Amino acid sequence: MNHNAVVIGGNRTPFAKVGGKLAQASNQDMLTSALEGLIARYGLAGERLGEVAAGAVLKDASDFNLTREAVLGSSLAPSTPACDLQQACATGMETAVYISNKIRLGQIEVGIAGGVDSASDAPISVSDPLRRILLRANAARSARQRVKALSAIRPQHLAPKAPSINEPRTGLSMGGHQAKTTVAWEVTREEQDEIAAASHQNLARAWDEGFFDDLVTPYLGLTKDAILRPDTTVEKLAKLKPAFGGPEGTMTAGNSTALSDGASAVLIASEEWADAHDAPKLATIVDSEVAAVDHPGGEDLLLAPVAAAGRLLKRQGLTPADFDFVEIHEAFASTVAATLKAYEDEDYCVKVGLEGAIGAIPRDRLNVKGSSLAAGHPFAATGGRIIASTAKMLHEKGPGSKALISVCAAGGQGIVMILEGI
Amino acid sequence: MSALETLYRTPVGKGIARKAGLADPPRLRRGRTWPDGAIVTAALADSTLVTETLALLRRPVEAPIVDTPADTPPAYGTRIGALVVDAVGISSLDDLEALRALLRPAVRGVERSGRIVIVAAEPAGDWERQAIAQSLDGITRTVAKELRGGATANLVMVAEDATPADLLSTLGFLLQGRSAFVDGQTWHVAAGGTAATELDERPFVGRTVIVTGAARGIGAAISRTLARDGATILGVDIPASGESLAAVMNEIGGTALQMDITAADAGEKISAHFAARGERPYAIVHNAGITRDRMLVNIDAARWASVLEVNLAAQMRINASLLDPDNAGGLADGGRIVGVASTSGIAGNKGQTNYAASKAGVAGLVRAMAPDLASRGITANAVAPGFIVTDMTAKIPFVQREVFQRSNSLSQGGQPVDVAETIGYLLDPASASVTGQVVRVCGQNLVGQ
Repeated sequence: MNHNAVVIGGNRTPFAKVGGKLAQASNQDMLTSALEGLIARYGLAGERLGEVAAGAVLKDASDFNLTREAVLGSSLAPSTPACDLQQACATGMETAVYISNKIRLGQIEVGIAGGVDSASDAPISVSDPLRRILLRANAARSARQRVKALSAIRPQHLAPKAPSINEPRTGLSMGGHQAKTTVAWEVTREEQDEIAAASHQNLARAWDEGFFDDLVTPYLGLTKDAILRPDTTVEKLAKLKPAFGGPEGTMTAGNSTALSDGASAVLIASEEWADAHDAPKLATIVDSEVAAVDHPGGEDLLLAPVAAAGRLLKRQGLTPADFDFVEIHEAFASTVAATLKAYEDEDYCVKVGLEGAIGAIPRDRLNVKGSSLAAGHPFAATGGRIIASTAKMLHEKGPGSKALISVCAAGGQGIVMILEGI
Repeated sequence: MSALETLYRTPVGKGIARKAGLADPPRLRRGRTWPDGAIVTAALADSTLVTETLALLRRPVEAPIVDTPADTPPAYGTRIGALVVDAVGISSLDDLEALRALLRPAVRGVERSGRIVIVAAEPAGDWERQAIAQSLDGITRTVAKELRGGATANLVMVAEDATPADLLSTLGFLLQGRSAFVDGQTWHVAAGGTAATELDERPFVGRTVIVTGAARGIGAAISRTLARDGATILGVDIPASGESLAAVMNEIGGTALQMDITAADAGEKISAHFAARGERPYAIVHNAGITRDRMLVNIDAARWASVLEVNLAAQMRINASLLDPDNAGGLADGGRIVGVASTSGIAGNKGQTNYAASKAGVAGLVRAMAPDLASRGITANAVAPGFIVTDMTAKIPFVQREVFQRSNSLSQGGQPVDVAETIGYLLDPASASVTGQVVRVCGQNLVGQ
């Protein structure tokens, strides 16, 4: 019953800024494209896989079977089942946990974990009063009743409702929350701009080295991540105006992730399946942990991964020094900075239930191929991007090398995962 | 589409074009199809090579009608599918009269997309024998130009002790529709390379073939055609073409490798792909190529280098890596290498010095490699496409394009599949005796050899 779940490889679309080259693509289009690239890379056309799990954060109700529909539109055997999962920005990570756990239990041998989001093609819904009136009219038994129901519509009901990215319980945007965290942890503008500049420089170098040749497949004429600014420097970033935290704020458009479009997919299998199919084995998915914080109660919205990391490292008997690579999703540069500070903060770690500080993460092992600030962050696609890139880095580093991945999510949640190179 | 081209495609335009001599070109027989009519064969000397080869191909044969002097020319009652002449062993100028007597009724009586194939020995022996061997080449090229309705004529020169097994794949290819756009050509078959006993419809089952430039055009056609014949395809193209590469590979159940072939470690990357899977590739088709056309007076070093790099240097490096005996993911013994040359390299083409240099280089390369790889059972050959109808050639202005594509004996441009089928023939395990050859797929283009 016990199997190792290993990452065979991954694929994603290039990521684009909202309204960019992928603006006309739906979630299903992009997810299908990411699957098609993965299928081609590993010669899976016509194969029946154990399961495909993916999801989107901004999803229209009509997309209830998004992943299954994408599978049916792909070259996989139509007998491949699929399911949608959703855990805000941790979606892409959770799909990998779901698929790898099924593999570990022997329920399936091989599957794909993925995610997609389109900020450009976000679902727009009608206002709640209008929705209720329309439902009442629909349920009416006579024309007269229907006219009566519809006569209740008022002009103000007709304004469409765009999806909100504000936290429902606090009314604050994610940036608003992070601005509070930034102040509380005394994260400076310089620290943030350095993280942002490094993200762009690292990602640009990785593209130049051809690192993404077998991780990204072009889509709709877009061949490279469109948000990437290879020539960005700390000096240029320092000139930007604050976007969050008021006039004195330190968070700018340059050190916060842009709303993005894109999709990713990761091929995960048992070692036995990989060997039988002569597939490359990049890294083992060792373990993962999810944590949550009480952000309505005043805790830092995006620091939940800290508690998750503490618990996971304890369970695995590992310390920060054991990791060759650490990937912390750059929701904001300040999230990364605050997370690193929290790792070293005895009081914070104890407060979230850990025995003590986790310890310092060496900066030279952090996000070495760039992260979301430069690549972009189509919410549910970020997990797949990080897992596939990290697995490749570990494989290049060699057997036994380890990586810690950390992704924060709305709702005060966070997920961490350990990968080990093969 | 230009206004002129739009007009040309209307019924009225077509009528005018026909009156002007621009009739619709013949529709060519393609694929693994045999001629409809009888296959007629005769030997000019005492050789049985051709009849034995046709027996291996399981083709029934009939005796020819022979033109005899003094009579009114006799004719075939129903159209014949092909005439295959075994000219092995001819020794004097008089033997050519016997050939004429066979050809005259056949050229008149051969069906649309029919075939005339002459099999002869390599030029050797006394002066007269060597002279008439060359005569056969001249005869074939001329007959090819006189044939109509998509029929072709080709000459195969066989080594002295070549067996029916050696000739099998070549004669099968020439008679089938696969050779639709190969016309007026001569190439050579060596001896002792194979013990093939039949023409396999799916010769590549269980074999993996690398195709570079596989995302579109001729490369996509090569991938599809080889997959039809059983091959597993590893399609290689630049990362920027990844989307169409993935689509082609998923269509045929292949595998996509996004890679710039000019990278210094391209060969290592390809072989690492196989080594990681515990496999070896059976063959590589170097199809990827670029053009950077300019008159020589306008070609700078960069324009020169980029074409030579992609079209020639890259494949030399990849070959070196795949042929390294210590490379666990290198080419298997008995493997195949096919390069894509071009009629521009053979005949020269204004504005394409860099391209001609690279493509003629490909021809030179396979000729040089062939003898050196013989001991490992690996063959190296090239195809040289003429005008092939692709997205690339669709960009040529209409009138110029019409002139180009009609400037051959078949009065039309070739299809990507015609190049692909010829490559499939060269890759066939049964084609072990065909090496160091450059086969033109040009419909006997007016320029060049």
